[in-house]
Amino acid sequence: MNEAERLVELIPRLRRYARALVGDRAAADDLVQDTLERAWAKLHLYRRGTDLRAWLFTVMHNVHVNKVRATRPTDQLEDEMPELAQRASQGDALMVRDLDRAIGRLPAEQRSVLLLVTLEDMSYDEVARTLGIPIGTVMSRLSRAREKLRAMMLGGPASAKLKVVK
Amino acid sequence: MSDDPQITNSELQAYADGRLGEERSRAVEAWLAARPDDAERIAAYRRLGEELRRAYDPVLDEPLPDWLGGGRAPRPRWHGFARIAGWVVLGAAIGVVAGWEVRDARPIAASRADPGETMAHRAAVAHAVYSPEVRHPVEVGADQEAHLVRWLSKRLGASLKVPHLADLGYSLVGGRLLPGDRGPVAQFMYQDTKGQRLTLYVRVNADDSRETAFRFAQEHGVGVFYWLDGKLGYALSGELDRNELLRVATAVYRQLNP
Repeated sequence: MNEAERLVELIPRLRRYARALVGDRAAADDLVQDTLERAWAKLHLYRRGTDLRAWLFTVMHNVHVNKVRATRPTDQLEDEMPELAQRASQGDALMVRDLDRAIGRLPAEQRSVLLLVTLEDMSYDEVARTLGIPIGTVMSRLSRAREKLRAMMLGGPASAKLKVVK
Repeated sequence: MSDDPQITNSELQAYADGRLGEERSRAVEAWLAARPDDAERIAAYRRLGEELRRAYDPVLDEPLPDWLGGGRAPRPRWHGFARIAGWVVLGAAIGVVAGWEVRDARPIAASRADPGETMAHRAAVAHAVYSPEVRHPVEVGADQEAHLVRWLSKRLGASLKVPHLADLGYSLVGGRLLPGDRGPVAQFMYQDTKGQRLTLYVRVNADDSRETAFRFAQEHGVGVFYWLDGKLGYALSGELDRNELLRVATAVYRQLNP
């Protein structure tokens, strides 16, 4: 199978990751489009025999970071949330019940790591290479992302059942 | 319960992901057995993972949106991209991603040795992809020829000319911008009254001192005459017999070098 075909095969996975990454469906598909456009233009830089999926997700990561940077003034998702550990009152946690919003409230760099590990089932090493960060950073971001998400989703002892909103 | 101080946070994460080896998993389980709070925390991580997959895995089965081959016209902003996406899908669907297959087949060094050859392959692929397009064969139509030439000249950083082939029975359909191996490439499309299409692929050469004679290549039924002419490289592609294509290529060459 050649690169073009493999790239096409990976589109649904790009879409899944993008949906979780940016939340909004239209914005997610915009991100996928931008990513494919960039990937297509850069395909000659892809080194044959290396991991095309990791390469493609790296392209998406870079495109996403650039988009976020370009739109930062109006992008609420990228506002750094205060550390929940410092304000994890039950009330705060219960305000954010659905998964989409909870993920959206994670700092972007933690969100990427969590989603690549959980949705893409990438090894920690692959995540490190995809995002261009040391593996130790992958592990600490993963840990923090999970802990924050848990605090948001499970916050109060009463909220045992998660509400998942697509 | 054994208390293993060697359990690291990374191992706990790996355990939550089900990625820890058997031996270390047992150690973690023993460690967690003595720590109900941590055990609950790790269990929650696992549940969150399941929730995440349940929430987003359905995206995998969603039909691809219009811009990847669906029915409606793409949003204007993605006009160009829709073509590229169509390229990918079409190429995969009908197996004419000739350029990539050819690159598979021969050492990269060999194709680099003759940049014109690489260009010919890319031109053949671009022809195979775009010439069957009914609704969107070009980005800018012949009715805006002046704009088309200005635009593509600007993007390629070279003054382009569009040959007129009416004498040979081919009228200009229009043109588009494509990604080439080193940057933007222009493609002009022509067709005759029967709908037979030709494409002229124009790119900027790496080395502007080279000139070559006409060379011929064939890929999956697409014939290509290509040549390097100083700053620009040209490839004329069509599903025509070789002599007919040569006749057109000669006319193109003459118009570009009056």
